[in-house]
Amino acid sequence: MQAIAVRVQDLVKRYGQVVAVDGLSFTIPAGRTTALLGANGAGKTTTIAMLLGLLAPSAGRIEIFGLPMPKARNRLLPRMNFSSPYVDLPLRLTVRQNLKVYADLYGIPHTGQRIDELTQRLDLGSFIDRPTGRLSAGQKTRVVLAKALINRPDLLLLDEPTASLDPDTADRLRGMLAAYQQERGAAVLLASHNMNEVERLAHHVVMMKAGKLVAEGSPAQLLERYGREDMEEVFLDIARGRSRAMEEA
Amino acid sequence: MSALTLSLRRIRGVFRRHWYLLTASWPRLLDLVYWPTVQVILWGFITRFLATESSLVANAAGIFLSAVLLWDVLFRGQLGVSLGFLEEMYARHFGHLFTSPLRPYEHVIAVFLIALIRVMLGVGGAALLAIPIHGFWIGGALGWSTIAFMAVLMGFGWAIGLMISGTVMRLGMGAESLAWAAIFLIQPISGVFYPIETLPQWLQTIAWCLPTGAVFEGMRAVVVDGRFDTGLFFWALAMLAVWLAIAAGVYTLLFQSVRRRGLLLQSGE
Repeated sequence: MQAIAVRVQDLVKRYGQVVAVDGLSFTIPAGRTTALLGANGAGKTTTIAMLLGLLAPSAGRIEIFGLPMPKARNRLLPRMNFSSPYVDLPLRLTVRQNLKVYADLYGIPHTGQRIDELTQRLDLGSFIDRPTGRLSAGQKTRVVLAKALINRPDLLLLDEPTASLDPDTADRLRGMLAAYQQERGAAVLLASHNMNEVERLAHHVVMMKAGKLVAEGSPAQLLERYGREDMEEVFLDIARGRSRAMEEA
Repeated sequence: MSALTLSLRRIRGVFRRHWYLLTASWPRLLDLVYWPTVQVILWGFITRFLATESSLVANAAGIFLSAVLLWDVLFRGQLGVSLGFLEEMYARHFGHLFTSPLRPYEHVIAVFLIALIRVMLGVGGAALLAIPIHGFWIGGALGWSTIAFMAVLMGFGWAIGLMISGTVMRLGMGAESLAWAAIFLIQPISGVFYPIETLPQWLQTIAWCLPTGAVFEGMRAVVVDGRFDTGLFFWALAMLAVWLAIAAGVYTLLFQSVRRRGLLLQSGE
């Protein structure tokens, strides 16, 4: 039986009268990639923030590697990392300086060697000593991913990791992420609007709408259930509350 | 509850982040020394003028320059802490920092240290410039008590900076001006340029509840009477301990509120 890396149970987040996450339950198996999908405002980023301990849930339970989050935050965070287009690294620091800072924060031994490995893996060499703020969007994304991998996390949370990347760079990064996930046996949670990415990387999909889980399964299962050829159509069916049968009628 | 552990390496990480920022930016370095230097130049000339008009100033020429430099330790200490937080908000960086193993108190310690460096560079530079410009050396005027007074004011600057930073994190960048303005609320009741007894009785009571009142009275005792008043100094230390405890409590509550509301991911306006 597959070990569970993350177990979310009846998770709720309220902001006053607004319910951003409403009774969400799902699991993320260890060593697998789970895609968290949903339209803008579905509650994906809020869910990720609660998984990271950045945001306190209003109700419900999160267990990561068998420990409660956020209560066991200090034991869990060294084994986790994340990237998001909504959070930056200091733009005036060079890429190397930023990675040194995070090597200190995660207590990485042999910092120089680890930075060299990441430089090679993510092809950062041509701009490693340039201020992060002077990089292109694609280069910045690679730097944030380097930060996300610096501690070789067992749980990697990626919020739109290939947003703003050209198809070639995005494809390379997907390949790199898949390789990392397999090598390390890490659990990956991927929030993305790119359905090609989801089909390529995800073993399991969790679909959210208005803070609730509305569909779950492997991409193949979802394609079959909704009678569609690709995940983009499945996404639209769920987001718009339509079905193929309705369309044909 | 997790044990209160402290990682020097994580503190170094945050310190490094601010050190890299400070040393790579000449406007930031210039800003450190600009105002303290302007203040020292201005008050040096005011002192020269007043010395011809007032026997007190004539007999205790260092009274204003000492006060200006000590006040700047408090102001720069507070501002250094506030800027340590504001820089993270400008950079939208809290989300990464607080999903790393960094503990909030380690972050605070690192910011305190970088604030100390900022004070040493800014006020230290201005104090050294006062020697050739006005023939004034604060160490000569106050002796070893300079260190004691500066230490208390630095600690109080940390305390106020921490409360302001927590408030700005909680309220967003709209409250940013507090970082520059809030400290001046206590200047009139701190006895910086005049004795506490000048104030109305009810304000005197408030003034003695701040470490600044005892420090600046203590400074006048050294400059005017040539004696270090240990009673005043221990009172200043006691008030400092109270204010540091209040600041830690206020910051903890504000930080918890920030976490509850998800503001670490949305630090901005």
